[in-house]
Amino acid sequence: MVAYIIRRIFGMLLVLLAVSFIVYFIFIVIPGGDPAQRIAGKVATQANILAIRQKLGLDRSFIVQWYDLVKALFTAKLVSYSNQTNVVGQIKQGLPATFSLAIGAGIIWFGFGVLVGTISAVTAGRISDRAITALALIGISMPVAWLGLILRFFLAGDGGSGVSWFPDGSYVPLTSNPAQWFYHLILPWFTLAVLFIGFYGRVLRSNILDTINEDFVRTAKAKGLSTHRILVKHVLRASLIPIVTLFGLDFASVLGGGAIITETVYNLHGVGWYAAQSIQSEDLPPLMGVTLFGAMFIVVFSLLVDIAYAYLDPRIRLS
Amino acid sequence: MQAAPPPNVFESVATTGQEEFTLDTAAELAAEEGATQIQGKSPWVLAGRRLRRNYVALAFLGVFLLVVVCCLLAPVYVSQVSHIPQNDVRTGAVVVVSGKKVNVISQGGTKIVNGQPVIKFGGVPIGSQWGAAGGKYILGADELGRDVATRLLYGGRNSLFIGITSAAICTILSVVLALVSAYFGGIVDWIISRFFDLIWAFPVVLLGIALGTALSVNGFHHGPINISSGSLWIPIGVISFVFIPYIGRPLRGQVLALRNREFIEAATAQGAGPVRIMFSELLPNVASSVLVLFTLIVANSILTEVGLSFLGAGVQLPNPSWGTMIQEGSRLLSTAPQISLFPGIAIALTVLSLNVFGDGLRDALDPRAKIRIEHG
Amino acid sequence: MGERLLEVKDLNVKFATEDGIVQAVDGLSFELERGRVLGIVGESGSGKSVTAMTLMGLTRGINARFGGEVLYKGTDLLEVSDRDMQNYRGNELGMIFQDPMTSLNPVYRIGAQIAEAIQAHKKVDRRGARARTIELLHQVGIPNPESRVDDFPHQFSGGMRQRAMIAMALSCNPSVLIADEPTTALDVTIQAQIVELVSRLKDDFNSAVIFITHDLGVIADIADEIIVMYAGRVVERGSKRDIFYDPQMPYTWGLLGSIPRLDRPRPERLHTIKGSPPSLINAPEGCKFRPRCPHAFDKCMQEPGLENRVETPGHLDRCWLDVDYKREHRDETISGDSVEAA
Repeated sequence: MVAYIIRRIFGMLLVLLAVSFIVYFIFIVIPGGDPAQRIAGKVATQANILAIRQKLGLDRSFIVQWYDLVKALFTAKLVSYSNQTNVVGQIKQGLPATFSLAIGAGIIWFGFGVLVGTISAVTAGRISDRAITALALIGISMPVAWLGLILRFFLAGDGGSGVSWFPDGSYVPLTSNPAQWFYHLILPWFTLAVLFIGFYGRVLRSNILDTINEDFVRTAKAKGLSTHRILVKHVLRASLIPIVTLFGLDFASVLGGGAIITETVYNLHGVGWYAAQSIQSEDLPPLMGVTLFGAMFIVVFSLLVDIAYAYLDPRIRLS
Repeated sequence: MQAAPPPNVFESVATTGQEEFTLDTAAELAAEEGATQIQGKSPWVLAGRRLRRNYVALAFLGVFLLVVVCCLLAPVYVSQVSHIPQNDVRTGAVVVVSGKKVNVISQGGTKIVNGQPVIKFGGVPIGSQWGAAGGKYILGADELGRDVATRLLYGGRNSLFIGITSAAICTILSVVLALVSAYFGGIVDWIISRFFDLIWAFPVVLLGIALGTALSVNGFHHGPINISSGSLWIPIGVISFVFIPYIGRPLRGQVLALRNREFIEAATAQGAGPVRIMFSELLPNVASSVLVLFTLIVANSILTEVGLSFLGAGVQLPNPSWGTMIQEGSRLLSTAPQISLFPGIAIALTVLSLNVFGDGLRDALDPRAKIRIEHG
Repeated sequence: MGERLLEVKDLNVKFATEDGIVQAVDGLSFELERGRVLGIVGESGSGKSVTAMTLMGLTRGINARFGGEVLYKGTDLLEVSDRDMQNYRGNELGMIFQDPMTSLNPVYRIGAQIAEAIQAHKKVDRRGARARTIELLHQVGIPNPESRVDDFPHQFSGGMRQRAMIAMALSCNPSVLIADEPTTALDVTIQAQIVELVSRLKDDFNSAVIFITHDLGVIADIADEIIVMYAGRVVERGSKRDIFYDPQMPYTWGLLGSIPRLDRPRPERLHTIKGSPPSLINAPEGCKFRPRCPHAFDKCMQEPGLENRVETPGHLDRCWLDVDYKREHRDETISGDSVEAA
């Protein structure tokens, strides 16, 4: 098991290296034209451009450039050229909001997803199942941006409808006011969670219905175990394994700034929000930084998920 | 080609070409015992029969097709109903509503800044008129006085075009990659799997905006390909690329499972080359998965395009798309909700239809026949 | 004759499927006494597995309909509630299945799964259950039970897995053990061991056994009584002697003929029964075997009743053919030399 983990960590580092290369490729090579001008952004001066060219070694060879880029990223020296701020610093500032959003939403969507999926499967074919399936389908069909705006419209201060049950976005740090922190995050949590609850609920329902037909469940019934025990210890145990895998990766994605739209709609100044701002100004260094940041989370969580999987399924462990 | 039947424990029983004793597994009871009537009919015919009985799925397929047709008929809408061309900026205009003259954009109107019309503070576009203005501004106006309904249809054209085309390109690429990867194995498989892994390592939206932004800065001008930065092919390329592992990985797994079955050995022994084996033997066996995945990817592509365009990394203004419309309307949410509201409804309806139909398709293609209540 | 444990009267099982109503079992009756082995033989689609599962209540569902009675020690199991059935399963009736690899939960240890069965019905603590588990593993012939009790299913070989399943099924001392094709997925050499194990355990636990298979050869040793099923119906029933030495149904002859044997000259091809089992939704008229029977004649258009047509009482069959004609012609069919009737 330990050897397995060590091997995977090496693999992970290799992947991160490859990821940094891809980031480089995307931002420098693909667009063509003059990279320095591009990085300098829209309001660049000639002096900026020359400085960038020299700093990034754009007059040097391909590999050296890449190496310099990676070094700049990791030593936190990557700087945005349109407003002279340090990218890594900005990302750090966005962490509290992004993490608060991710962790809260993650707990909600996992908990409700499992609940909803289980109820739906156990009452398959009946009204509760049909209703849940319909709601889940609607949930996964709505664009997140629109859902967020609609909720703000109807339930938050912005509301043209006059109802003001919730504050209209923006992030209150946990340390300054826990109650407000929570209150401001309710709508964003819900918005982000809806899509996932719908999706996870359906996947779990499908898994459970498949597992119920497995031979070992038939054996469990034949042993005379109670329905409750069969459901929890045999059916759910098997059905949840793929969900855990999915959750690991989705959660990593959101932690890494993948909830850009939710953060933008609710004006939560997190990592994703930071990336969204940079799109408008075509400011590339922040995008490079956030992309790498997000990829890093996914790669690390991939490893964690694989380890968890090995723990949950002994056949993997011992092979 | 049919897959070989499972090996018989009594190897010495020769087949006379007719039925021999087959092994029963207790779990497949009811399906087996009812199955003898459907012997001889191909799985596709059976699937078609099941699908035809699924009225809900067919109804939603109809809804989707209706949406597509409506969007295609956008020019007809303009010429027959609204008489306001798509990009006609009518900020200062006046429209007749129930006999009275009303400003399209009231309370302040617009001014020209840098050659672009900009709403003066407090300017409110006219809301949904429905029938009151005789076909104009049925769903209201947007911040530049354009007809929302018209833009909804034209935007739909773009969003649907991008969604369907990306899904098609993605599916074709993924299928080929999965087949090649699983068939050849070895180093080829390793490279393609690492390729999948690398794309998979990025959060979808982040990768999308990274690629989308990088490409829209200057367009794509390498080798023989020249795509300008406002082209729709940029979001199409980005979205097709991003979803490759979502089809490629599951398919590769399925093809791998088939790779070592006897019927492939048999085909190879008959002299079939790699291309024939991949496309005539392996592909038909995963065809139903490909179909279902395709439907789901269309739905996801549309949603992704909306997200990317909303953030500014997808369809570029002034091209309309459902995503850009939502973004445009987000600033005027309290005063002119119609700008964001209707595109969202259109998207939700379209994607929902695709999802419901996709579900129905999956149920129809599932080889384990479902058992349903019948009376008696 | 031991205590009468099971009395099945005219059992009827129907399923609603998307292609129509499937009559899986039609009019099955038998009795089972303690210490006896009943063999149920038939090919796929004969209804033998459905019968087994129905005895345990495992076929209950919204699309299943039952008729007749299944009397276990006087109580009709078909009428017992789902919750009460849990007390019968494992406790009074134990069942083992065809494929032990998929029938055991891969993520739990074997010992844990057996102990789970014990603790579901008996008031013992974990240590007691574990001790009993080890004892059971020993009884079924698993070496080193103290260490193997903590293994996972994939660490056992096929034969050992089936032994573990038998241990699990017998863990609460059920009066009836139902074995649904327990040897089909195993090597031929292991098959004999499992059959012998079942027989020995039947005596050790003083229970009754229902042994289901498609292969008459497998139960040739241990069955006391044999029921042959075809298309959901009993087509022949009798003692082991009756079936092997005086079979009355052409279908039974076909089954006997398809057992590979060392004592007959080696044929070019092994004898098989031509044709395929009939649809259970649209069954053929008259005798269900008629389309495949080499000896069918015009009376076969009427369905024969299950009656005793020979001297030995208790030997029942469903065939109109004259008994002497059968005794003259059956050897050809069994050994595969016969020409098919026109």
